[in-house]
Amino acid sequence: MGYQNGISIGPVYGGATARPKVGDLTMRVRALVPVLGAILVAVACGTSSSANAGSVKVIAVWSGQEQASFMAVLAPFEAQTGITVQYESTRDEDAILRTRVAAGNAPDLAAAPSPSLLTQFAQQGKVRPLNDAVDMSALSSSTSAGWIKLGEPLNDGKLYQIFSWAAVKGLIWYDPKNFSSKNYTVPKTWDDLMALQSTIKSSGTPPWCIAVASGGAADGWPASDWLKEIVLSQAGPSVYDNWVAGKQKWTSSEIKSAWQTFGTILGPNDSNVYGGKNNILATQFGDVGTPMFASPPKCYMLNQASFITTFFTSAVPSLQAGTDFTFFPLPDINTSFSGAHVVAGDSWSMFNDTPQARQLIKYLTTAQAQDIWVKRGGKLAVNKNVSLDDYPDPLSKLSAQILVNTQIAKYDATDNMPADMRTAAWKGLLKFIGNQSDLDSILADLDKTQSTAYAAA
Amino acid sequence: MTVAAAAQPSAVAARFSPGWISQLLQRYILHIVVIGLTVGWTLPTIGLLVSSFRPFALTKTSGWWTVLTPLQFTFQNYTDVLAQSNLGQAFFNSFMVSIPATVIPVTIGAFAAYAFAWMKFPARNWIFLALVGLLAVPLQLTFIPVLSFYVNQLHWTTSNLEATGIPGLPWVPLWLAHAGYGLPFSIYLLANFFRALPSDLFESAEIDGAGTLTVFFRIILPLSVPAIASLVIFQFLWVWNDLLVALIYVGGAPEVAPLTVNLADLTTSLGQGSNLLTSAAFFSMVVPLIVFLSLQRYFVRGILAGSVKG
Amino acid sequence: MDFSVLLQDIPTLLVVILGVPAILAAYIVGGEFLVRRLPDKNRPQVRPWIWVGPALILVTGYLLLPALGTIQQSFQNNEGVWVGFNNYASQFADFPTGGAWIAIRNNVIFWLIFYTLFTLAFGLVLAVLFDRVRYESAVKSLIFMPMAISSVALGIIWIFMYSYAPPGETQIGTLNAIVTFFHHDPVVWLQDQWPSENFNLLNNLALIGAAIWGITGFAMVILSAALKGIPGELLEAARVDGAGEFTVFQRVIFPLMMPTIVVVGTTLVIFALKAFDVVYVMTSGNYNTDVLAFRMYHQLYTAGNNGHASAVAVILLIAVVPVLIFNLRQFRAVEARR
Repeated sequence: MGYQNGISIGPVYGGATARPKVGDLTMRVRALVPVLGAILVAVACGTSSSANAGSVKVIAVWSGQEQASFMAVLAPFEAQTGITVQYESTRDEDAILRTRVAAGNAPDLAAAPSPSLLTQFAQQGKVRPLNDAVDMSALSSSTSAGWIKLGEPLNDGKLYQIFSWAAVKGLIWYDPKNFSSKNYTVPKTWDDLMALQSTIKSSGTPPWCIAVASGGAADGWPASDWLKEIVLSQAGPSVYDNWVAGKQKWTSSEIKSAWQTFGTILGPNDSNVYGGKNNILATQFGDVGTPMFASPPKCYMLNQASFITTFFTSAVPSLQAGTDFTFFPLPDINTSFSGAHVVAGDSWSMFNDTPQARQLIKYLTTAQAQDIWVKRGGKLAVNKNVSLDDYPDPLSKLSAQILVNTQIAKYDATDNMPADMRTAAWKGLLKFIGNQSDLDSILADLDKTQSTAYAAA
Repeated sequence: MTVAAAAQPSAVAARFSPGWISQLLQRYILHIVVIGLTVGWTLPTIGLLVSSFRPFALTKTSGWWTVLTPLQFTFQNYTDVLAQSNLGQAFFNSFMVSIPATVIPVTIGAFAAYAFAWMKFPARNWIFLALVGLLAVPLQLTFIPVLSFYVNQLHWTTSNLEATGIPGLPWVPLWLAHAGYGLPFSIYLLANFFRALPSDLFESAEIDGAGTLTVFFRIILPLSVPAIASLVIFQFLWVWNDLLVALIYVGGAPEVAPLTVNLADLTTSLGQGSNLLTSAAFFSMVVPLIVFLSLQRYFVRGILAGSVKG
Repeated sequence: MDFSVLLQDIPTLLVVILGVPAILAAYIVGGEFLVRRLPDKNRPQVRPWIWVGPALILVTGYLLLPALGTIQQSFQNNEGVWVGFNNYASQFADFPTGGAWIAIRNNVIFWLIFYTLFTLAFGLVLAVLFDRVRYESAVKSLIFMPMAISSVALGIIWIFMYSYAPPGETQIGTLNAIVTFFHHDPVVWLQDQWPSENFNLLNNLALIGAAIWGITGFAMVILSAALKGIPGELLEAARVDGAGEFTVFQRVIFPLMMPTIVVVGTTLVIFALKAFDVVYVMTSGNYNTDVLAFRMYHQLYTAGNNGHASAVAVILLIAVVPVLIFNLRQFRAVEARR
C-alpha cells in the first residue's frame, strides 16, 4: 500500500533550530531543549513500558446501546482473565481501520459488520490466521460449517475471520391486527404472497412499505435485501455464489429475472408501494414501518432484517412485539431451493497475534460470550449452543430458529462483493426503483463495473 | 455612527401623505430586511431546538412548528445525553485539544504572515501561492503518511504517550496536525490584513528605532485585532467540531476523545438514537458560541483611526 | 455525569494554556535576539526565515509532502507498481456520465458558481447591512450560529428541512410544509433531478443550499472585520461630498474591501471544490450529486483504491490553479500600489 516508505516527513519541530545558515544558535536551542527533551525522553520511556502484560485493543462499530451490550459481554472476560479490553468504537470504521492498519498502528482485534474490509486485509497479509488461536474442533462443533467457511475467504485453508453475532435477512414484517381485521392469512408459498399482494392492492391500499435512504457511505443498501433474497430463492445457491464471486453476469437471465421479480413486488411504476418511488427513495430505512402502524394502515407488509424491531418501538413506543408486529419468512420462490435464507453477521479478525488477543477471540466464539448480548436483545448468536430460551422475546427466538434451521444459509451477497461492485449495485437499485424500464441499461452498466471491480480487488 | 445611514436627516413630510409613508418605509426598511433575513436564516436552528425538546415519536409524525398544539415538551433528550455520555471528561478533552490547536496555528501563522507581507525573501510569492494551493489538499490523503511517521519514527501512539504519565502529552500529535492543517488559511488571511496596513506606520516606527519585534507586537498585532479575532473563532470551531482528525490521531478512548467523538457514539451503528443528536448539537454548540460572543467586541471600527494620513 | 474531571485537571489545562504561547513567544524573541547578533548585512537574509520557518516546516510535513506523495501515488496501483495515466483514464472515461465526470461537473459548475457566488454576495450584503444597525452583534451571532454546528448536526437539521411525505400526508419537513401550504405537491428535494437527469439542478441546489447555510457566517464575519478596518473618516468624507449610500459602497467600500473579498472568494472556491459533508450525510453522491471529495473518500476508504483516490485528489488540486493565478495577479497589484 502506502507511500509511507517513499516519503519521510521532516521533524515537525526543531527543524528551524537546525538551520545551519543561522550560525550560533545554541542559545535558542537550549531554550527549547528542556521541553522537547522532556517529550522525547518521556516517549522513549513510555515505549519501553507500554508492553502492558494484560490488555487488548479492539475496534468495532458498536456505539450507543450496542456499546453497552458489548461492554456487558466483555465484563466476565475481564473479570476472569484480568485482561483489560481497550475498546474504541467508530461509525467510520473503513476510514479509521484502513488508516491505522496502513500506518502500522492497527488494533489487536477488529469486528466489522460486513466481512469485505477484513477480507481485503487478509489479502494484503495484514491479519493473522486464527487456526491456532481458536479451538478449531470446539468451533466446528458449536458453529455451523457455513459460518466457518465464510471465515476462509482466501480458500487457502486458513481461517481469517470468525463470526460472533448474526441477523436474519428477508423477514416480512406485518401487523397481525391489520391482517386479522381484513381476514388476510400469512402466505405459505410465493403464489400466496402474490395473491395476497393483489388482494390488498385491490382493496385500495398499497401492500408494501419500502424505504431505502440511509445516508452515509451505504445509501441504498436496504433495496439490495430484496434482490439478494430473490436471487437466492429463485435461482438457487450456486447462481448466488457465482454472482457474489463475479462469475455470474448481471445481464444473465437468472439475475435479470430476479430484478424483474423485484419489479413485480414494486408493481408498475412502484404502485404497490406506499408513496411510490419518491417516498421509497426519500424515506430513511429506520422509518419504514411508521405508515404500517398508522390507523388505518397505509401499507401491510415490509421486508427488513431482524434488527428493525428497535426502530418500530422507538418511533411508536406503545407497540408490543408479537401483538402489534410479527413476521413471516419470505416464501420460497422456487421450491427446489426451499429453506434458503440470506444472513449477515459481525466478523472478527486479528491484526496482532498476542496471547491476550487470542484469549479474547476464543472467548468471543463461546456460547457464554454470545449469550450475554443475545439476552440483551438485538443480536442472534452464531454459536449453536446458545439456548433458544435465552432470547428475550418470541420474535427474536423465532428468527434464531430460522437461523438454526436454515438449510441453505448464504451470507449477504452485496456485503461480500468488492466495494465498487457493491456501491454500483446499490446505485443501480435506486435507479431501478426510480424507473423500472431502465433495467437493461442498469444491468449493462453493472456488467461493466463487474469486469473491473473484481480485477482491482 | 452605526445608524448614520438609516437616520440621515430628511425633510419632514406631512403625516400620512405618500411622501411620509415612503420616508417611514425608508427608515424601517433596513430593519425589516435585516431582521427578516436573520429570522429566516435562524429558522432551521429553531427547528432543531424545538425538536430537541419534543418526544421522538412526535417528531416523526408532525412538524416542529406544531409544538404548541398540543403542547408536548420533554427534557428526555437532554437527560439521556447527560446520562449516556461522559460530558465532563469530554469537555475537558475538547478544551485540551482546541485551545493549543488554535493558539499554535494562529501565532505561527501570524509570524509567517508578517514575513510574507512585509519582508523580502527569495521566492516569497511562490511560496505564498503554494501555501494557498495546499488549502485544497484533502486531509484524508495526509492521514496515512503522517500517522505512520508518528507511529514508526516518533513512536507517538496514544498509549505510548499516555504511559509517560505527563498530562496533556497524548494530544501533542493532534495539536501539531491541526496546526499544520490550519496554517495555510491562517497565513493567507492574516497576510492579507497585514499587507493592507499603511506602510508609513512602519517607516515612522523604524525611524524611531523600533525593532522588528516591537513593530510586530506594538503595531501589527493591535491593528489587526479584528482579523485575528475572526481567525481565532474559525480555527477554534473547526478544531472543536472536528471528528475525523481526532479519531485518526488520538483515537476514541474515553480518556482522550474529544466531545465530538463522545457525542457521535450516542447513536448505534444503525443510527438508532439519532434523537439524542438533536440535544447533543446544543451541548457542543455552547462553547463555540461563547468564544464567538466574547470575541465579538473586537470587531469594532476605528482601530486604525488616526493612523492614516488624510 | 461528572464534571469533577474538568476541575481536577484544571492545572494541566492552565499549564497548556500558558505554556504553549510562552514557548511560541520564546521562540520568536529568542530568534530575533540571535538575528540581531548577526552582521548588519546578513540580518535581512536570515530574519524572514526565522519568522516563516515554523510555519513552513509544519505545512511541509503535514500537507506538502503528503500532497507530493499523492501525486506520485496517482500514477501507481495499490501494489506500488507504475501504471502511467491509468488511474486518470478511469476518471475521465465515458464522458459525460462515466468516471468522475458527474463529480467534476457538480464541483466546477454547480458548486463553484452557486456556492461561491451566493455565499460571497450574501455575506457581503449582510456585513454591510448589519454595520448600520445598533443590534449588530445580536444578528451577527444568529447568522454565525450555523458555523458552530457540527457537520453531523447540520445533516440532521437539513434532513429535517428536506423531509418528504407523499401528497396528502402531514409534511414534517419545513420546506415541504411551506410548499404544500401554497397547494403545490411536496418536492423530493434530494432526489428530484429537475429539470432533467443530465442537468439535475434541483437536488444539487438543495445540497448546496444546506452547505451555504453552514458557511455564510464565515464570509460575513471576515468581510465584516474588513469593513470595520475601513477608516470612518473616509466614509464620512465621501458622504459629506454628497455621495449617496450606494455610491459610497461602490466607490469607497467595495474597492477597499477588494483584497479581503479575494481572500474570502478564494477560500470559498476551495471549499466548493472540497465539498464533502452534506453530500456524505444526505445523498452519498447518488442521484447525480457526486462530488470529487466524496468520490475520493469512497475510493480511499470504501474501495481501498489509493491510486484512484489520489488521481481524484490531483484533479481537485489542478482545479485550484486558476484561482491561484488570479491571486498572484491580485497581490502583485496590491504591492504595486504601495
